[in-house]
Amino acid sequence: MNDMSALYSMTSGTGSPLGELDIARIRADVPILRQQVHGKPLIYLDNAASVQKPKAVIDAVSECYTGYYSNIHRGVHLLSERSTAAYEGARGKVRAFLNAASAREIIFTRNTTESINLVASSFGGSRVHAGDEVLITGMEHHSNIVPWQLLCERTGAKLKVVPFTDAGELILEEYERLLDSGPVRLVAFVHLSNALGTLNPAKQMIDLAHARGIPVLVDGAQSVPHLAVDVRELDCEFYAFSAHKIYGPSGVGVLYGKQALLEAMPPYQGGGDMISLVTFEKTEYAELPNKFEAGTPNIAGVIGLGAALDWLNAIGLDRVAAHEHALLEYATARLDEIPGLKIMGAARDKAALAAFTLEGVHPHDIGTILDREGIAVRAGHHCAQPVMQRYGVPATARASFAVYNTRDEVDALVAALWKVKEMFDL
Amino acid sequence: MNDLRDLYQEVILDHNKRPRNFRIIPQPTHQANGLNPLCGDRISVYLDIEDGVIQDIAFQGAGCAISSASASLMTEALKGKPVADVDYLFEAFHGVVTTERECPNGLGKLSVLAGVRDYPSRVKCATLAWHAVRAALEERKEAVATE
Repeated sequence: MNDMSALYSMTSGTGSPLGELDIARIRADVPILRQQVHGKPLIYLDNAASVQKPKAVIDAVSECYTGYYSNIHRGVHLLSERSTAAYEGARGKVRAFLNAASAREIIFTRNTTESINLVASSFGGSRVHAGDEVLITGMEHHSNIVPWQLLCERTGAKLKVVPFTDAGELILEEYERLLDSGPVRLVAFVHLSNALGTLNPAKQMIDLAHARGIPVLVDGAQSVPHLAVDVRELDCEFYAFSAHKIYGPSGVGVLYGKQALLEAMPPYQGGGDMISLVTFEKTEYAELPNKFEAGTPNIAGVIGLGAALDWLNAIGLDRVAAHEHALLEYATARLDEIPGLKIMGAARDKAALAAFTLEGVHPHDIGTILDREGIAVRAGHHCAQPVMQRYGVPATARASFAVYNTRDEVDALVAALWKVKEMFDL
Repeated sequence: MNDLRDLYQEVILDHNKRPRNFRIIPQPTHQANGLNPLCGDRISVYLDIEDGVIQDIAFQGAGCAISSASASLMTEALKGKPVADVDYLFEAFHGVVTTERECPNGLGKLSVLAGVRDYPSRVKCATLAWHAVRAALEERKEAVATE
């Protein structure tokens, strides 16, 4: 796969390191993009919700089921050995992708949401008590709000929220003040906001928490497809993401946790695969990572995630990030040309998406009209209702980018938005 | 874009821009809230019912063109009607926006929403206000949700 990176090397003069030929090759790798919807070529700009899959990922899942599928960690037969090797091989790929110290620190879950719930339940349940505080931010996805609310309800702890500016940047002075204002037992924040595109200063925020001895969970659902993440450099205690947002299958999530913490934490769910000895009097739990992987996991899905990381590594995350950054800059400039269009989120560090409102048209109507032009965007609250409340809007439309998107697609989006205005007589 | 005009007809755009009966009735005999959790649309409906007749009906809220226009057209259609007609009208309207059924007589301007039938994800927008009215008549306290 490594020699593929040499193929993706043309520069285009558009600020992107990926030229037209590169993008054409990448698009050719993703079969679903080759279709028409409502008689128009599909323009898929809903990547923050879920990303389309390269053929290499589809093939890896298919090859698992057609060639060597079996349950893992238990059979002495060849298929089980092969499935186990492929499954654990994918764990090794995730370890390398995050630069974790050990594959034992990589737990497979169903999705980011389950990864966060695991920490809230296991870590939170044993370390957070009445009167303690959990600190999140005002720009969290519901998946990084509700698990903590449930924990606080169970324990009598309090949930505190770091506010952000109109531009969509966290107010770090307030963050520090909140870190000092009570017995904060855990900080949990989103790396890249799905509603605003804000890239939060993760390293700085982690350092500030650590200076006070407070552990940190980072919600990386949106960030991992767009920027290189090094958990040892960040030094966060936990990092969570989903396979389906990084070109992998749905139904697979990852939780990275520091080994010493994971070892000290009680199991999240009980069942098979997570034990070393069971009697009716007492059960001894398995070593990491199995302790946190009760029951048969999504074997083929995990193997598909491994293939997705190979595919992404072959292009190179740095070039993916640079391409998407150039695309976002171009999209921002073109969208700004449209009278009445307001982009929500103007952070200095921003990535991958533009959320906007158009005066006189509800985002749902925008979504319907764009769909008839072949353009898929998300319209709604993006599972971040507190962010919508912060700006006093019920919903936004959101165009979010992946490595396979092009400037032509941005142009088509802008042209379709002019049609929306025409339709609504604006 | 032509098929989109079947959805976004002039009457709908007009009612979206200038919704009728878009106000609060200060002391309604019946009131309820509707919520579409999928898109965050919220609507409040107010009714003043005397002797089994809807003397006044109004709504407030924020939503897409389809839900706003549908609420506005609904208030026009229901004002002055006997409460006993609501279920029949709702069933007829629901049939129009979800099936290829011909528009029954008596629906009047509501039939402009027939285009919604080609957009299954938007049916909930068109029926939100109606669900809220039915909740108000049943005197349900919780906001009625489309999900």
